[in-house]
Amino acid sequence: MSRFTPKVVTGNALIEGDVVYLTVDNRWTRSHAEAELIEDEAHAQLRLLHGASQRQLVVGAYLADARRGPNGPEPAHFREAFRTRGPSNYPHGKQVDLRHV
Amino acid sequence: MYEYSDFDAAFVRARVAQFSAQVQRRLSGALTEDEFRPLRLMNGVYLQLHAYMLRVAIPYGTLNPTQLRQLAWIADTYDKGYGHFTTRQNIQFNWPKLPDVPAILSALADVQMHAIQTSGNCVRNVTADHFAGAAADEIEDPRPVAELLRQWSTDHPEFQFLPRKFKIAITGSPNDRAVTRAHDIGLRMVRQNGAPGFEVIVGGGLGRSPMLGTVVRGFLPKADLLPYVEAVLSVYNEAGRRDNKYKARIKITLFEMGAAELTRRIEARFAELRPLFSGNDQVLLGQIEAAFAPPAFRNAPTEAYDAFYTADPVFRAWADTNLAAHRQTDYAIVTISLKAHGATPGDASSAQMRLIADLAEAYGHSEIRISHEQNVILPHVHKSDLPALHAALSQQGLATANVGLISDMIVCPGMDYCALATARSIPVAQEIAQRFNDLKLEHDIGPLKLKISGCINACGHHHVGHIGILGLDRAGVENYQITLGGDATETAAIGEKAGPGFAYDEIVPAIERILRTYLALRLEPAETFLQAYNRLGLAPFKAALYGEEGQQDAA
Ligand code: SF4
Repeated sequence: MSRFTPKVVTGNALIEGDVVYLTVDNRWTRSHAEAELIEDEAHAQLRLLHGASQRQLVVGAYLADARRGPNGPEPAHFREAFRTRGPSNYPHGKQVDLRHV
Repeated sequence: MYEYSDFDAAFVRARVAQFSAQVQRRLSGALTEDEFRPLRLMNGVYLQLHAYMLRVAIPYGTLNPTQLRQLAWIADTYDKGYGHFTTRQNIQFNWPKLPDVPAILSALADVQMHAIQTSGNCVRNVTADHFAGAAADEIEDPRPVAELLRQWSTDHPEFQFLPRKFKIAITGSPNDRAVTRAHDIGLRMVRQNGAPGFEVIVGGGLGRSPMLGTVVRGFLPKADLLPYVEAVLSVYNEAGRRDNKYKARIKITLFEMGAAELTRRIEARFAELRPLFSGNDQVLLGQIEAAFAPPAFRNAPTEAYDAFYTADPVFRAWADTNLAAHRQTDYAIVTISLKAHGATPGDASSAQMRLIADLAEAYGHSEIRISHEQNVILPHVHKSDLPALHAALSQQGLATANVGLISDMIVCPGMDYCALATARSIPVAQEIAQRFNDLKLEHDIGPLKLKISGCINACGHHHVGHIGILGLDRAGVENYQITLGGDATETAAIGEKAGPGFAYDEIVPAIERILRTYLALRLEPAETFLQAYNRLGLAPFKAALYGEEGQQDAA
């Protein structure tokens, strides 16, 4: 049996469009490191259902591969890594918005 | 320039009001995302990687200074102070917030602009030669016909739910600057016995299965255009595949049905439709044509231009690359490069937009065009004004002398913005531009079309670049595939894959190897990269990319 790749629940905030992640205590955070790292497949499906049900807060919730890091979950794929930061051509998005929080 | 009729204005206002109410219902929870998504897409609102994106149509690439200033104002008020011009003559705002979108659309309506049909399976923004109305080689200005098509296709009840999106491009010149052979319908103006008409090309498209369009009618009288285009859409609407999104474009219909049968069906439908057009479309076209009358060109001496050209090497370099022949010999068509080395291709700051608007008023008969090559055009500038124009452009980083050279790339947003992307394109473009600028090789290399897409959808037209780069995701790593020998003009060709792709940090050196090979093998400096490639074939470039060993692997 193949090992389950850990996941986070992510999507975009309805109003701003910002990338958000679901936390253990059912908040949506802008910081990937604060996301709940889900290491069990059945639990992942449940958490996705919970995330997707919050239709007034978040659009397009999905499960993204992640891994455990020293400061919390880290993205596993480069697309998800870009989503944690923002574009590479301007200092826009999370790379500046999250700097002082 | 064409002004909205009362009908146009009322229609756009009504749509803004309708969509504003839809946004309110989404925010209140009355509409779910599934219900709202098609509504927002019909109004140009996408949800991208980091934010919403609003795509605004610039029909046939034509803007006036008031409109450009309004775009600058929107960028400052609701976005991050810039806009991105796309390969379909649209402008995209990358950071709008959903509750602000109605106000943005309302501000657009104030200057006769909209975002209608910039998404969805309908007829998209009709694109045209960016030198239209000015080019020395033009038969007729194609924009009145483009405007007629815009009015006809907007909210056309029969064509709101086509099998897939539908793109029309039009040129009035034999030199094709509108990539007509890569569109669902490409229209090329031609003359027969002195009368203007169109060569109708159907079934071109890039993306997953790149194909060049096929001529279905060698000469269509101008007055038959609308019924003929309606016939093409009508046949496609019925015959196009709705079972598979990837096989739903008309190019696949043509491929599966065969050109002869598709042409037969189009002609049969046309025969039915033609008598239903009683001539009102031609009356309307006549009114539109009057609105596109050329400006009052001025007679003035051009010695100042000649003197500057001789005396100032910076001005001369710019004039040599960024000017094109105008039908009035005392005038020039100016391309303002949005490709400063290291900048994001196609982006303009609000300050740059305002400056361009001012300069268009001062020196350009208030006309502005956006090219599918992601530059801004001032189509009518008297030669005597060029030195002052150039000096003013340099103040805002807009005087880069690189049009048609390697750094004048077409580049899609890629994975820095686009939710569909498989790799980034912008940083690759920035590094290539910087690298060849540092090497001081750009002018030596000469005319070169390099085009980059961040996924197989090919918005960056990589298939028709002399050098094309396609960003892919190979096992969780960015990987860049090179195609060579593509051509976007009247001699259109789809580029050939060079071989296995390159990693992110290998792609710029790979491009350098290709171009050093070209410099070594060209017969003379006047032999362009594309000519040399067509003479030599892929082999020497493949050897340069992969070496002897790699050549075997790639074979
Ligand atoms: S080519 Fe792909 S990545 Fe680039 S803009 Fe189009 S869909 Fe997005």
